[in-house]
Amino acid sequence: MNLFGHAISMPQLFGQLLIGLINGSFYALLSLGLAVIFGMLTIVNFAHGAFYMMGAFAAYFLLQGAGLNYWWALILSPLMIGAIGAIVERLFLKRLAGFDPLYSLLLTFGLALIIQGLFQNYFGASGLPYAIPKQLGGAYNLGFMFLPIYRGWVIVASAVVCLATWLVIEKTKLGAYLRAATENPTMVRAFGINVPRMVTLTYGFGVALAAFAGVLAAPINQVRPGMGADIIAVVFAVVVIGGMGSILGSILTGFVLGVVEGLTKVFYPEASNTVVFVIMAIVLLIRPTGLFGRAA
Amino acid sequence: MAVEAVIAVDATERNRRANAIAFAVMVALIAIAPFVAYPFFIMNALCFALFACAFNLLIGYANLLSLGHAMFLGLASYVCAHAAKVWGLEPVSAIALGVAASAFLGFVTGALAIRSVGIYFAMITVAFSQMVFFFCVEAPFTHGEDGIQAVPQGRALGLIDLSNPWLLYAFVAAVFLFGFLAVQRTVNSPFGEILKAIRENEPRAVSLGYRSLQYKLAAFTLSAAIAGLAGATKAIVAQNASLTDVSFAMSGEVVLMTLVGGMGTFYGPVVGALIVVSMQNYLAQFGEWVTVIQGVVFVACVLAFRRGIVGELAARAKIAL
Repeated sequence: MNLFGHAISMPQLFGQLLIGLINGSFYALLSLGLAVIFGMLTIVNFAHGAFYMMGAFAAYFLLQGAGLNYWWALILSPLMIGAIGAIVERLFLKRLAGFDPLYSLLLTFGLALIIQGLFQNYFGASGLPYAIPKQLGGAYNLGFMFLPIYRGWVIVASAVVCLATWLVIEKTKLGAYLRAATENPTMVRAFGINVPRMVTLTYGFGVALAAFAGVLAAPINQVRPGMGADIIAVVFAVVVIGGMGSILGSILTGFVLGVVEGLTKVFYPEASNTVVFVIMAIVLLIRPTGLFGRAA
Repeated sequence: MAVEAVIAVDATERNRRANAIAFAVMVALIAIAPFVAYPFFIMNALCFALFACAFNLLIGYANLLSLGHAMFLGLASYVCAHAAKVWGLEPVSAIALGVAASAFLGFVTGALAIRSVGIYFAMITVAFSQMVFFFCVEAPFTHGEDGIQAVPQGRALGLIDLSNPWLLYAFVAAVFLFGFLAVQRTVNSPFGEILKAIRENEPRAVSLGYRSLQYKLAAFTLSAAIAGLAGATKAIVAQNASLTDVSFAMSGEVVLMTLVGGMGTFYGPVVGALIVVSMQNYLAQFGEWVTVIQGVVFVACVLAFRRGIVGELAARAKIAL
C-alpha cells in the first residue's frame, strides 16, 4: 500500500494500530476518571496525571520494597493512591466547595506541581524499569501479526474496568444515588444519604482509576516522574472531544482517539502528536459541547 | 441616594489618586532598579510582568482562565527571534511581527475556545497550547531542543543601538510601560466596562444587546497580542527563543504570578511576576525544589490568600489598585 508517499507494510499498520489501542486504553481510563470526578464535584482534576504517575511508582515500590508482584500492585496501588485522593479531597477540595470552581482547578494544578517536583527530585527524569509479569510474557501469533500478550491484556483489562464502571453508574442503586446527587445534592441528603462522604469516595475512585492505568502502563512505558505530565494534555483534549460529564462518551472517545493517533503515525507521522488537538478544534467548531456532551 | 453618590465620587477620586501614586512609584522603581540590581534580571522580570498583565486582562476582568498562555509568549518569541536573526529585521519590526503572529493565534484559538466557559475553556486552552508546543518541537525554523540562539539585538528603528545595555534597558522599560498602560486603558474604557458587565452577568449583558462572544474574543486576542509583545521583547533581551517559553510549565507560572500578586488588580501581576522570577533566580540552585515550592505557594494562595498581595492591600485600604 502506498499513501501520501509513504510505503506502508501491513505489519507496520497493525503494529501502530495495536499501539494506538494501548494508548487508547490509557486515555479511556484517565478520561473516565476525569469524567466521574467532574460529574460529582464539577471540577477538573489537574492532578490526574500526577496520580497516574504515582500509581506506576506505587507498583514499583510494592515490588522493590515489599516484594509484592504485579497482581498485588494492580489491586493495592489503586487502593493506596485512591485513599490519598480521598484525603486530598477532605483536606483541601472540600474547603473550596463554595467558591468559583476555578479555584479548585488551580488547587489541583498546584498539587500536581508539588507531586511531580517531589518525584523528579528523588528519581530524576529517567525511567525505572518494571518487568512484564511472567504469566503475561511472550506473544501470540495471530497469523497476520504477533500480539505481545501483555499488550492484549492491557486492552482487555482497561475495557473491562471501563465497562464495569459504566455499568455501576448506570445500572446499580449506588450509581443511581450518584447520579441523583449530581443533579440535586441537597435533595439526596434529605433522603438520608451521606453526600459529602459520597463526594470524597467519588474523588478517591476517579483517582484510583488513574492509578490503575498507571500500574498497567508501568511495564510498557517505564516508571517516570514525567509520565503523567506527558499524557494529561491529550487526555484533556479527549475529554473535550467526548463531552464533559459523559461517561460512555469519554470511554469511547479514549479508545477511538488512541487508534486515530496510531493510524496517523503510519500515514503521516509528523502530525501524530497534534492530530488529537486538530480533531478537538474541528469538533469544537461543529459541536461546542463535545460529541456526547449536553449543553451546559 | 445623594450621600451614596457623594461617597462614590469620593471613592473614585481616592482610587484615581492611589493609582497615580502607585504608577509614579512603579516608574521610579524601574528607573532606580538597574543601579541596585542586575539589569538583565530586571528586564527579564519586566517581560514576565507584562506577560502576567496580559493574562490578568482575561482572568481579572473577563473571568476567563487561560491555562495555555505560554503559546502566545513562546510563538511571538520564536517569530521575533527568527525575523531578527534569519531575515535580519531591525528589532521593532521583528517584535511587531511576533505580536502579529500571537494576535493571529489568539484570534483563531479564541474563536474556537470562547464559546465554552469556566473549566471547559481552561481545558481547551491547555490542549491548544500543547498543540503549539508540539508544532514548535517539530517545525524546522524553531530548531527543536536547541531553540534559536544568538539573536542579534540590532538597532531599533535603525537608530537606537540595543546592544548598549542602557539603551536596551530603556527600550524594555518603555515597552513594558506601553503594554501596562494599554491594559489599564482597556480595562477603564467603555469596552472594559462591558467586559466586566459580561463577567458579572452574561445573560443580562446579552439581553441588553451586547454580543458577549465578540467582546470576549476581542479581549482574548488583545491579551494574546500583549503576551506576544512580552515574548518578542524577551527574545531580544535574552537573545534566544526556546521551548521553555512555550511549555505548559510557563502557562502555569503566569497563573501563579497573577494569583500571588492579585487577580483583577493592575499592579498585582507586576508584583507577582517580580516575586516568582526572584524565587526562580535565588532558588535555582535547589533544582526541582523550585517546582515544589511553586506548588506549595499555589495551594496556599488558593486556600487562604485568594486576593493576592496587592488585592489584600487594596481591600484593607478600601481602594482599587
